[in-house]
Amino acid sequence: MAAPKCGLSVFLFILFGLTITTLADGHGSTLTDGQNAGAADSPEAAEPAAERPVLEERRWEATEVQEATSSDAADGKQETSPPQTVITPSVPQPKDDFQEELVIRPLHSGDIYASFQFRTLWETDFMRGNKVSHYRLFPKSLGQVISKFSVRELHISFTQGYWRTMQWGQPFLPSPPGAELWVWFQDTVTDVDATWKELTNVLSGIFCASLNFIDSTNTVQPSASFKPLGIGNVTDHRFLRYATLPREIVCTENLTPWKKLLPCGSKAGLAVLLKSEKLFHSSFHSQAVHIRPVCRDWQCRSMSWELRQTLNAVFDLHTSGQGKREWSLFKMFSRTLTEACPLASSSKIYIDVTDNPEVLFLSFDLSPATSLLSQAVVLGDRRTFSVYDLTQQATFGSVRSLNLLIRWKSSDGDMLRPLLHAERYVAGYGLQAGEIHTLMYNHHPFRSFPVLLLDSVPWYLRLYIHTLTVTSKGKDNKPSYIHYQPSKDRVRPHLLEMLVQLPPNSVTEVTVQFERALLKWTEYTPDPNHGFYVGSSVISSLVPSTVAMDTNSTQEMPLFSSFFPNKEESSYFVRVYTEPLLVNLPTPDFSMPYNVICLTCTVVAVGYGSLYNLLTRSFQIEEPNPGLAKRIANVIRRMRGVPPLS
Amino acid sequence: MAAPLTLLLVVAVTIRAALFRSSLAELIADRVEVVSPISAWKRVIEGLALLDLGVSPYSGDVFHETPLIIYLFHFVVDYAEITFMLADVITAVALYIAVKDVFLLFQSRKQKFALEADRYPMDCLELMRSPTEMYYIPLKVAMFYLLNPFTILSCVAKSTCGLNNAVFSLFFLTTIKGNMLLSAIFLCLATYQSIYPLTLCAPAMLYLMQRQYVPVNVRRASFWWFVAQYLFMYLGSLFVLVGLSFFLLGSWDYLPSVYGFILSVPDLTPNIGLFWYFFAEMFEHFRLFFLCVFQINVFFYTLPLSIKLKDHPVFLIFMQLAVISIFKSYPTVGDIALYMAFLPVWSHLHRFLRNIFLVSCVLLACSALFPVLWHLWIYAGSANSNFYYAITLLFNVAQILLVSDYFYAFLRREHHLTYGLYLKRKDGSEATLVLK
Repeated sequence: MAAPKCGLSVFLFILFGLTITTLADGHGSTLTDGQNAGAADSPEAAEPAAERPVLEERRWEATEVQEATSSDAADGKQETSPPQTVITPSVPQPKDDFQEELVIRPLHSGDIYASFQFRTLWETDFMRGNKVSHYRLFPKSLGQVISKFSVRELHISFTQGYWRTMQWGQPFLPSPPGAELWVWFQDTVTDVDATWKELTNVLSGIFCASLNFIDSTNTVQPSASFKPLGIGNVTDHRFLRYATLPREIVCTENLTPWKKLLPCGSKAGLAVLLKSEKLFHSSFHSQAVHIRPVCRDWQCRSMSWELRQTLNAVFDLHTSGQGKREWSLFKMFSRTLTEACPLASSSKIYIDVTDNPEVLFLSFDLSPATSLLSQAVVLGDRRTFSVYDLTQQATFGSVRSLNLLIRWKSSDGDMLRPLLHAERYVAGYGLQAGEIHTLMYNHHPFRSFPVLLLDSVPWYLRLYIHTLTVTSKGKDNKPSYIHYQPSKDRVRPHLLEMLVQLPPNSVTEVTVQFERALLKWTEYTPDPNHGFYVGSSVISSLVPSTVAMDTNSTQEMPLFSSFFPNKEESSYFVRVYTEPLLVNLPTPDFSMPYNVICLTCTVVAVGYGSLYNLLTRSFQIEEPNPGLAKRIANVIRRMRGVPPLS
Repeated sequence: MAAPLTLLLVVAVTIRAALFRSSLAELIADRVEVVSPISAWKRVIEGLALLDLGVSPYSGDVFHETPLIIYLFHFVVDYAEITFMLADVITAVALYIAVKDVFLLFQSRKQKFALEADRYPMDCLELMRSPTEMYYIPLKVAMFYLLNPFTILSCVAKSTCGLNNAVFSLFFLTTIKGNMLLSAIFLCLATYQSIYPLTLCAPAMLYLMQRQYVPVNVRRASFWWFVAQYLFMYLGSLFVLVGLSFFLLGSWDYLPSVYGFILSVPDLTPNIGLFWYFFAEMFEHFRLFFLCVFQINVFFYTLPLSIKLKDHPVFLIFMQLAVISIFKSYPTVGDIALYMAFLPVWSHLHRFLRNIFLVSCVLLACSALFPVLWHLWIYAGSANSNFYYAITLLFNVAQILLVSDYFYAFLRREHHLTYGLYLKRKDGSEATLVLK
């Protein structure tokens, strides 16, 4: 236990910028990371020491100076600060690095949210001429994909269930139901569409998913909504492809290949908890892979590749928790933890304890207790976390097994309403036309902010852009930017992107009418009367931070720091996905192609026949036709040589 | 004669204006029988909206009208209702004048000469129409067009089919007036709007030749010279139009989006035609074959009909219009209304029609059943597509029977004019005519 001598000085933890924290300057490049660095020195040394990691990872959120519990804990139990890698540019780093962490956040609904993140950093360059052949922590299958298809960034997610923003708050990493894939290609790629097609087929094999159904009819090139998250200032959206498969079902066969990408597999570390029988018995399950280039040092002279595997699950109070507001690792995953992944440089569990900040008022109990606390601004909200470091043997206690237990004492408490949330539905009746309504809520009491709405609608719902209306508070709200690409039948979908300003404390309604197409009978899905899925709308926005709006936190701060809103905290990046839509289309009768072909051809033949008849024949006087008996008699008479009857 | 026509126009415009103001207009504009993917007003508006957004209207698959239409409505979109009413009025007046010309001046004179020359058998006098009978025919034609519910629906739905009909009627008028250049220009406009009027080239040339006493004889140089002249004017104006469209939009995108769309039938939205369900249910590897068969079918009848009816170009025009409106890929009731306007012209054929009662009953019943079965399929969900398909089939069979019945009657009257009305067999008994 390498506890540094830090009792007299103040501790500094950099923690956890777990999710997308946005840059105020609006580049949209975001940063998600959990990295731990500490500096234990005199207070005056703390400042630059804290600054360095900040710069190394570009934007770290509010690094909080925080002593764990009280002053006696400071000299007493210092199981805190693990062998922390103080990353400075001068210290040579290992070639690759693996970190894992689990964040558990009890939700106000009584459900519990578990979010795993596994990050592999590798200082290599796939794009250079020499082939990368020696793989250690980074999965070889993905490395080959990156170099073969000249991928700059790759984001793929598989989600089962819909994230209920109003009940659960914002997720750390949002994802739409079904599968989502977006890729930025290097600008050296000449035929992006062909590469994209090939890439989706390869990924389909890697993840055992139906990504091979991604074709031009569900691929779009958003012009503004999806900016690169890693380094690189590419804005030419010709190299971006975005596709969703809202109908994709996520199950064990997707989880197993995903787990195989981890350095420890599911043998050790946090991944031990990922057992499909429990994970898929949840109300929400989302697994994702994000690959992007990041800066290796703060000057960004060279780059590393970052592979981030995330898995989020929400366990339901009633189905998984048997109605008791009492959660443990064992109850959630039917496993406990016994060790960290030996290959991991850091392995931590964070429990969101923001809701019981005071020792006096505990809304829930946490056992075993930890003295290690950290604070971070996550999604514009200052959160406090209890930290368990799995690389410390003491964490596992005497039983050599860690089974975190969270027990509620009271169920009251108010969740901070998410400032931005959206929903969508189809209005109208019948199978001829309809109207898509998208509602976007701004719950901020006094700030308005712009949002980018992206809609990708399949071609068989023919949108009429002239019927597009945007209203907020009963007034017309004209979007300041509209990018619309109409669909081509059987070739490409509609793409609608617009920038809308949401007034404070309002609902903005976007409606657009569409017409349902009748398809060829072979174009229907196997269960055509189930309906056709339309992927989620994507709403991307810089949302004003709640920290800036929170008067309590400003009260604690020194007066000099609180007059102008802190730039980094003043707004943060949020992406919200709406529900996918299920739309019914008119169907032909699938049982009678032969009948239809026969009947229609008959009608055409009737037309042809009657005209042909009149065109080729002429009128003649009808000669009386001798009866059948007479004709037979005449034949006989002719044989007998007798003159025929007249 | 001007007073009844004026009255008719006032009545027709009043009906349309009243319907435009009523809540029915919106309902009618969505009917698949009245608007097709090409002619729907909603799609024209969409094209204009796309143009406003800076997107080419032809980059998507919603707008399929020609560039001239979009530029026309770019300026008159606020007066769309007046434009469509005006188009109907123009059609009616042009048909009125043209039919009047055909009968009062040309045909009656011809008939008089023939009678004086004793060309017709004596008992055929009752097949002739007296001038008083003919006097009201032009008015009836205008009335059949303006007061036809199909036309009214089409106009109230602002289907661009009304504009095509106006262009056609101007072509008809200029042809009847014997103006070769204008005839070629208007025919070219009609072709530019929807390919199919291409087949009207033949009757137009036949009529103009008849008027200018050019013998219809393939061995005569004057015949070919005339054909070359007409085709030159026709193709020349087509070239100008296509070039003009290119310069209006700066791209050739409209060619596949308008003509490719008409010919390859990618949009299977139900309509009153034969294409939609057939190609929705078609096996993919036979699709191209049947597409060719069905499209050739529209153009196929031109040559034999022109040969058979080379002395009767006006009837040939009627036949061609009917064939187009039955077999075209996206027919609407507006197309049917156009050829139905010609029915009063052939009122003298009524004694030879065989099943006009049945056919008119079927047409009426189908027209009533279209909205009913559509509702059952699309809204109530208690029927399926086969119901609506069955009605379109029946409707088309009725149209085919109607047209072939008129054709039959026409040929039979011609036969009687040559051989006498009361034909006798060799043995003196009354004879029956058969086609052999």
